[in-house]
Amino acid sequence: MTTGYVNTPARRALAFARNTWRGLTSMRTALILLFLLALAALPGAMLPQYSLNTPKVDAYIAEHGWWGELLDALGFFEVYSSAWFSAIYLLLMVSIVGCLLPRFLEYYRALRAEPVLTPRNLSRLPHFRTATVDGTPEEVLARAKQRLRGWRMVERTEDGGASISAERGYLREAGNLLFHFSMLGLIVCVALGKLYGYEGQVIVHAGGGPESEFCNAGIYAYDSFEPGLRVDGTELTSFCIRVTDFTPTFLPNGQPSSFRAQVQYSAGEDLEAGRWKTHQLEVNNPLRTEGDRVYLLGHGFAPEFTVTFPDGTKRVQATQWRPADQTTFLSDGATKFDPPGITDSRERRTKQLAITGLFAPTAAFQGKVLTSAGPQLLDPAVAVDILRGDLGLESGRAQSIFSIDQDMIEQKRLKRVARENLRPGESVVLDDGTKVEFTGVKRWVSLQVSHDPAQEGVLGFAVATMIGLLMSLLIKRRRVWIRVTPASDETSGTRTVVQVGGLAKTDQAGYGEEFGAIADELLRTKEQAR
Amino acid sequence: MTAYSQFSDLSYTTAAAIYVLAMLFVLVEQAFGRVARQRVAQRDLAKQRALVGAGAPVADGDGADATHDAAVPAAPSAGRPASGRPERFGRMGIALMVLGALLHVAALVLRGLAAGRAPWGNMYEYLMALSLVAVVTWLVLVRKYPLRHLTAFVLLPVVFLMFVGGTLYVEAGPLVPALQSYWLVIHVAAAIVASGMFLVPGVASVLYLMRTANEGNPRRFRRLAERLPGKDVLDRIAYRTSVLAFPIYTFGVFAGAIWAESAWGRFWDWDPKETVSFVAWVIYAAYLHARATAGWRGKPAAWINTAGFACIVFNFFFINLVTAGLHSYAGV
Repeated sequence: MTTGYVNTPARRALAFARNTWRGLTSMRTALILLFLLALAALPGAMLPQYSLNTPKVDAYIAEHGWWGELLDALGFFEVYSSAWFSAIYLLLMVSIVGCLLPRFLEYYRALRAEPVLTPRNLSRLPHFRTATVDGTPEEVLARAKQRLRGWRMVERTEDGGASISAERGYLREAGNLLFHFSMLGLIVCVALGKLYGYEGQVIVHAGGGPESEFCNAGIYAYDSFEPGLRVDGTELTSFCIRVTDFTPTFLPNGQPSSFRAQVQYSAGEDLEAGRWKTHQLEVNNPLRTEGDRVYLLGHGFAPEFTVTFPDGTKRVQATQWRPADQTTFLSDGATKFDPPGITDSRERRTKQLAITGLFAPTAAFQGKVLTSAGPQLLDPAVAVDILRGDLGLESGRAQSIFSIDQDMIEQKRLKRVARENLRPGESVVLDDGTKVEFTGVKRWVSLQVSHDPAQEGVLGFAVATMIGLLMSLLIKRRRVWIRVTPASDETSGTRTVVQVGGLAKTDQAGYGEEFGAIADELLRTKEQAR
Repeated sequence: MTAYSQFSDLSYTTAAAIYVLAMLFVLVEQAFGRVARQRVAQRDLAKQRALVGAGAPVADGDGADATHDAAVPAAPSAGRPASGRPERFGRMGIALMVLGALLHVAALVLRGLAAGRAPWGNMYEYLMALSLVAVVTWLVLVRKYPLRHLTAFVLLPVVFLMFVGGTLYVEAGPLVPALQSYWLVIHVAAAIVASGMFLVPGVASVLYLMRTANEGNPRRFRRLAERLPGKDVLDRIAYRTSVLAFPIYTFGVFAGAIWAESAWGRFWDWDPKETVSFVAWVIYAAYLHARATAGWRGKPAAWINTAGFACIVFNFFFINLVTAGLHSYAGV
């Protein structure tokens, strides 16, 4: 172009893009992004998070009014899926790629390049030693080459002598690249896991009956289910599991010492053939089958009630109650009954029963108030209210299995008809002749099924990250130069002046010792230099 | 069983007491030792020179000579490790520290025997092991670098941590089921070793910042700064120890993730402990990068390292004692 530089809009855009890219991929930006990442992650530890504890978040918002709502709107209660957190780590990933791709090329070139020329004045280097030794320059060089085996080396002839330029520690940069790219791989695998993984919780009775069996057939089988973004629940790994027994053991002071659930499971071909295998499920010993994992998360009690209705029909139910106190396992819950033989829903809704209250595995009464003395099933008792009327089960609203609908009580559609403390075998008879008996206690366990197809990838990249990190932090990139010249004052030419210079390319690398050893060996002679 | 436990408690208390004694001994050296004397001399000299300089502009040559003179008396003692009385106190302090460390090891081993498991299953034991790692790291560094007169700066946080550990004391006993795994040995040991080692760079970085502050304004930390080694030494200690501790810390986090996968059902869940570990990891990663970036070396890097250690401390005390997370049971 003869008119010189014209600042066209296209050029301006190009310049802008280029400068943005350079800015983004500079180390300074990467550092700032790292700080932002650290800063952005912190609220997740300080504020309650939806993913960990939704009720706590709700309580926090309720307590803090507009401030809580503002935080909620800004995503502070789901930090790790918020737009700003994602933006930071995505920018950081771009920055890493942009920073490291050129370094890949550079490294490739460095690997093919010869070690640099020997500096003219070796004595200016941080490490330098010299001496006059026995032997011809050729002999000294041969010895040096022997000593520097494993170093990348080049020999050059110079005016009046020769020199060796050697370099070592190339793997440092390889480790560096490995670390960063493994880190990216790890993040990608975590993301894949979030897309294609799922996790579900389910409570089953321990005892081997039909209520002890769970089949991973669909989302409906779970009590709660968190699908990955690309999981619709139609293609879950098929397996069935049956909990035949659950035994906790305790220390004398009430501290649990082990939780063991005996399970039978059937997966893959076994499922069609109807074969079952056994496994002992423990807290640190999940069941791994067909790429899914089944965990023992918790346990609890299900008091069993037998209701004999006035017409003589019996109904038995053991609904799980939830432990209100994790140490003593004082539990609360609600066991709900529909009266038999009533087809008219209006009439039925006046005669539904709910048994609600407290359960203690080791009963301790303070007056008439039931508490639990410990988590072991030694002397169970329940303190229950029996309510009759409309449980609100047909209202169309979701209802917790652990409690009754308080609205129904407020609307006087559900009334208390008895309050009793019962031990197994004891019963209470209601005014209409219905007999409610506490007939026993069942145990339940809560299981979690997890599926993460990218988990092995995460592990693999984590190992690679570790290797890369060790390589990049512990390997030193260092250089050594050796210059030999025939000693000028010698007539026979059998003595040689050897100069050894060294330089570590890594800061604070502690190269001195190794350099000293090399120099000692090469300069070993009967008489040291002048 | 209980005998082991009692002897462990006794060793622990004695070790802490010996550390306090060692601290007094090394403080004597710090206050009156050669390094201190030399620096005070240099400072007085600088003052003189400044005064002279104010009076007569041609004091340059004199000043240089004077510096030379001042260096000469120190020279003979520089060849051999100094042998004055304060130095003897310093060496005795280190000897006491070694004795304390041996008792400290005994306390840990006996605790393990009493409980019949790896002796780092609760906060008391964790702090016991962590302070031991810090002491051993420092002893190794003192062998390699002339840092003895700074020992008090490391012993002070160590004794403090041991005291706090004492307030979190629990009887030696078996663990809850969630902690019964060989990953306890691996994961917690890595966390302890890394955190204990990070204490040393943390201290070195704080000292570095004090020196920088003193350089900016000689009236700040005046008495302390003149007894500190050069900034390059402090920076080197911080960097070299961090470079060793960082991979161990990374390994600890990874091991924790592997354990979480088999205990809690997922390898990472942004549990508060995991989150703050992640934050500390990112900060230390930033530190390593900062030291390789123009404009971030020196003071900014020292700040970052200090922040990293603050994060480690926060992760232990605040997260275990205040927030409720999956790591809570590892607490008191």
